[in-house]
Order: sequence, then structure tokens, then C-alpha cells
Amino acid sequence: MSTTMAKKGVLTAGYRWRVASRVAAAALGGYALASAATVFLSLLWPAPKAQAVLWATMLSFAIYTVAVIWVIHTSSLKRAWAGMVLGTLVLSMLAWWLKSGGAA
Amino acid sequence: MHSSLRQSMAWLHTWSGVIVGWVLFFVFVTGTAGYFQYEITRWMQPERPLVQKTPSDAAATERMLGLALDRLEQVAPGAANWRITLPHESLAPRGWQDFSIRWEEVPPEGHDFGATGSEQLDPVSGDLAAAGPEPRDTAGGRGLYRMHYALHYVPYTWGYYIVGVCTMLMLLAIVSGVITHKKIFKDFFTFRPGKGQRSWLDAHNAISVMALPFFLMITYSGLVFFLFTYMPAGRDVLYGSDPQSEEAFYDELFDRNKVKLAITRPAAKLAPLVAKAEGEWGPGSVRSVEVAAFEGQPQTVTVHRVYGGSLDFWNAPHMRFDAQTGEALPPEPRTGGEAGLTQSVLFNLHEGLFAGVWGRWVYFVAGLLGCAMIGTGLVLWTVKRRKHHLASGREGAEDLGVRLVETLNVATIAGLPLAVAAYFLANRLLPIDLADRGAWEFHSLFAVWLGALFYALSRPLARAWVELLWGSCAAYALVPVLNALTTDKHLGKTLPAGDWVLAGFDLTMWGMAALLAMMAVKVQRRLTVPARPQPVPMAGTALEEGAA
Repeated sequence: MSTTMAKKGVLTAGYRWRVASRVAAAALGGYALASAATVFLSLLWPAPKAQAVLWATMLSFAIYTVAVIWVIHTSSLKRAWAGMVLGTLVLSMLAWWLKSGGAA
Repeated sequence: MHSSLRQSMAWLHTWSGVIVGWVLFFVFVTGTAGYFQYEITRWMQPERPLVQKTPSDAAATERMLGLALDRLEQVAPGAANWRITLPHESLAPRGWQDFSIRWEEVPPEGHDFGATGSEQLDPVSGDLAAAGPEPRDTAGGRGLYRMHYALHYVPYTWGYYIVGVCTMLMLLAIVSGVITHKKIFKDFFTFRPGKGQRSWLDAHNAISVMALPFFLMITYSGLVFFLFTYMPAGRDVLYGSDPQSEEAFYDELFDRNKVKLAITRPAAKLAPLVAKAEGEWGPGSVRSVEVAAFEGQPQTVTVHRVYGGSLDFWNAPHMRFDAQTGEALPPEPRTGGEAGLTQSVLFNLHEGLFAGVWGRWVYFVAGLLGCAMIGTGLVLWTVKRRKHHLASGREGAEDLGVRLVETLNVATIAGLPLAVAAYFLANRLLPIDLADRGAWEFHSLFAVWLGALFYALSRPLARAWVELLWGSCAAYALVPVLNALTTDKHLGKTLPAGDWVLAGFDLTMWGMAALLAMMAVKVQRRLTVPARPQPVPMAGTALEEGAA
């Protein structure tokens, strides 16, 4: 538990690596997820194409924020990475399906 | 073991804040000054005359329109459009605008814009207006304003990215700060002065909650300004990432595929059209008259109202007429749809150009509160750390991280205001004919800031705080004095003339001096009566991992 570690004043190498990994999941994984969500929403949004892109991109920072908060909060590192990777994959595939005319 | 949401958010808040706190402080200081960028520029060019407003009557307007058309026919025959600016009070750029003309040549094949030119004309003779004294070379208010998104000494694109990353972290710090904040409304009314860390925490909470909507708005809209730089995925996938695709995207969004054609002098009389518009909007409300021609449409005359009165700031009302017959045409529809409108509103909320003089002061104060939020947050981090550090039985050894943050805090929170004062002082002290004078104003700012850093390193921390704050206070107090000694645009002249832009600048400098004096006194008092040490648990500052 972190508070105990802080009291002892010792931050182990393992702890440091886990924090680094979680920060990477938040920053990079979260960005990938937000990017995929932006493409997906751009294709889905019921507005002329250019406006849909603008809407989705304006919203992307809120999506990124929520993704980072979830990664920082979720119970395990594995869950954090899995959430980002799977989320990005699913959204990318949906976007690919929409773009290749699947929705038509 | 799971940490609570509040604990993990406290961790996120702490670290996202402290990593970029100094850059954000710089962004907030320069951005806040930017709300008065036009006023600052005017003060930094004391050669420009005191403000003279010459409102025009119907006869004068008719004469000016005729003179302008004569001149445009002479200097820009066959241009794609002509614009005649009538004298008016403007919000952007702020201040009185004189009679002038501007034109754009027909764009060369494959280009959207042609070469432009402009001239200031004498409203009576129509000759080129007598050039006033050449104003000094200065980076001006725009120089300060520009740094809040592009920084300085780094290429533009780096500046955008660095500020973007910091802004994103600020957004995270704000959201996680709200989540971690147990009693957001109760704490707003809680202030326990003179209690060490509790007081810093209370101050940080109160300030942050006070202007929370402003902070959220300014941060999110700041990201939206450069949205495709930061999040290009949607546009890249749907349009492509090369410049032509980017062009195609904006052409489609704003429907700007119209081909510009050469114009001729309109047959319709312009004065009645302006009179008609003034009848609708009120006297002195016409900003400009524009003559333009696009492929497939009759040549038009458009009368534009002054900006303002709407959050859709740049789309002020206009009236369109046929240039040959003077017949009214339907106004141009607004382009960009709801998405474009939403984006404009975000931009305009951020820039605050729509705000009149009192609204701008609200923005300015909100910006200062932002500086205070970031400043108190950074100090709070060191106060907590130091306490933790002492509690863990390591009084003897100085912690390098804590010392680093403490030093950067003094150098930035107390030193940056001093550096900005130096920017203004340099404007008055540098030789007028110095080459690259504007660049030297920037160098003065950063040299003083660097000096403040060395000062903070060489002095005991507490002394460095007090001395730099008093130094900043003295520097601001000196600005109006130096202005009086070196120019004729001082308070003795500007106050009687009622030139509130110039007088307001000098008075604001004294206001800043008073604010810094208050801070200095507060810090000094804190240091002479040391707060009783209170053991504070470190809960929520380390990221929970289910390892223990």
C-alpha cells in the first residue's frame, strides 16, 4: 500500500516501474483510444462530413480526459492496458467498417 | 487493496499539476496580460498621439465614400475586392479606427488569396493621411500575448505542442481536483489563515473553486484552438493529412469554393446604402463597406456592422446589395453549421474580444486568479513535501526534489512578475534606434527571469521570497515614474486628456505594485511568526498499486 511505502520513505524499483507503466498507459494508450474514438465519431455523427469531423475532434479532449482518469483509477495495471488496447482495437475496427461502407 | 477514487485522483492532481505548473504559470501571466494587448501596445508606442475621435456625420460619410472609391479606382483597378473602413469605435482591434481603404488583387490561378494593400486617407482631402511620428520598434502587448501559446526562443510548432501538453495536463488537474475535492462547496467558505499547510490548502481551494468555470472554459477552449494539431486523427482519416486535404476540409466546412473576379466601380451610390444600414443599427455602427465579385453572382456591396454584442463575434450582421442597382440582396448565410458555431463560441469565450471594458477587467481578474491557483498549488506541494520529509526523520539531508521545486517556485511566482515589469521598463530604457529593439525587450524579460532564478538559488529560500516580491513591487511602482521621465504621455497629461487607455496602464502598474506589496507583507509576516508544525498524513499523494 502506497501510504506505508511513503511512511517508510522507500519507493521500490518495482513500484516506480508500475507507476511508469500506468502513466504510459494513460498518456499513450489514452491518446490512441481518443484518436480511434475521434475517427469513429467523425464517421458516425449525423452532420455533413466536415462538421462531423469538427464535432468529434472538439470532443476528443473530453474523451482523452476520461480515458486517463479511468487508467489512473482502475484497480490493476493489466486492466488499464487491456482497456486501452481493446478499446482502441474495437473502435478502430468499427471505424474501418463504417468507412468501408458497412453502414450504408 | 483498492485505493479510493479520491486518492487516485489526488495523485493525478498533484503530479499533473506540479510537472507543468511553471509553464502554466507563464501561460497564465502572459495570457492574462493579453486581455489588454492593444492597450499595452499603445502604451509601448508613446509616439502615437493621444486618442482623437472624430465621429462623422452623413455628409462626411458620403464625402469619404466618394474619396475612397476615387483612390481605389486609381491604386487598385481590377482588384477582387475593395474595403472602405469608416471611422468607428472597435472591439477588435480595440480602440478608435480611422478612415482607411484596403484591397485584394484577383488571386493567381490556383490560389485562394491575392496580394493585398491598404492606405490611411485624409477624410477631407482624400490624400494619403499625414504619417504621424514613427512609433518605436516594440514587441508590444502582442508579444506578451503571443508567448502564451507559442512561447519564445523555440520554433512555433514546438511552442504549440509544449503548451498543448501542458494544457491537457491542466485539464486533467482541474477534473481530478474537482473529483478529489470532498466538500467543494463547504471548502469554498472555509479559510483558516495562519495555519501553515491548512491555509495554503484553503487558499488553493477557495481560489480554484471561485473561478472554476473560467478555468475549465479557458483550458478546454485553449485545446480547441489548435485542435487538429493535437488531435489530427479524424481529419487525417476522413480527408488526408497533406496540405491539399487540409484545404479541402476547410473549403467544405466553410463553403469557400467561390472564385473571386475583378470588380469595377459600383454604379449604385454607396451613401444611401450606409444610411440604410445606420438606420437599422444606429449611428456610427458601420465598420466598413466592401465591394466584391464572385463567379456566377452579381457584383455586390456589403455594409458591415461593428463587431460586438454576440458570442458569434466575427459574424457581425451585414447588409448586401447589388452593386449596379443598389437593390437589397439576402445576407450571406453563416457557414460552418452548428459545429463551426460551437467552435467560434469557444474561441470567443477564450479571447473575450466581445467584452466591453468592464467585461475585460473580469477576464483580467479571472486570469490573475488562475495565476494564484497555480501559484498556491505549487507552494502547497512543497509545504506538504517538506513536512513529510521532516516527519520521515531526515531533517539533516536536504531533499533535492523539494529544493528544486521550491527554487523554481520563487523564481517563477515572484520572479516572472518582475520580468514582465522589466519588459515594460526596457521599452522605455532601450535606445530608440537599437536594431531589433523588439527582440531586446524579450531578451530583457528573460534575462531578468533568469536573474531571479540565480537570485533564488543564492539566497535562503524565505529571504528570496520576500526580497523578490518587494523587488517586483518596486519595479511596477517605477514603471509610471519612468514613463513620466522619458515620455510626454504620462499621468499628468493622460488623466486630464481623459485618455483612459494610457492612464489606465500606468494606474494598473501601481495596482500591480500594491498587489505584490500585499503578498510580500503576507509572506514576511508568515516567516517572522512560524506556524506550529502540524503532522499531516500523506494520504492520497502516492499512486496506489495493488502490490502491498
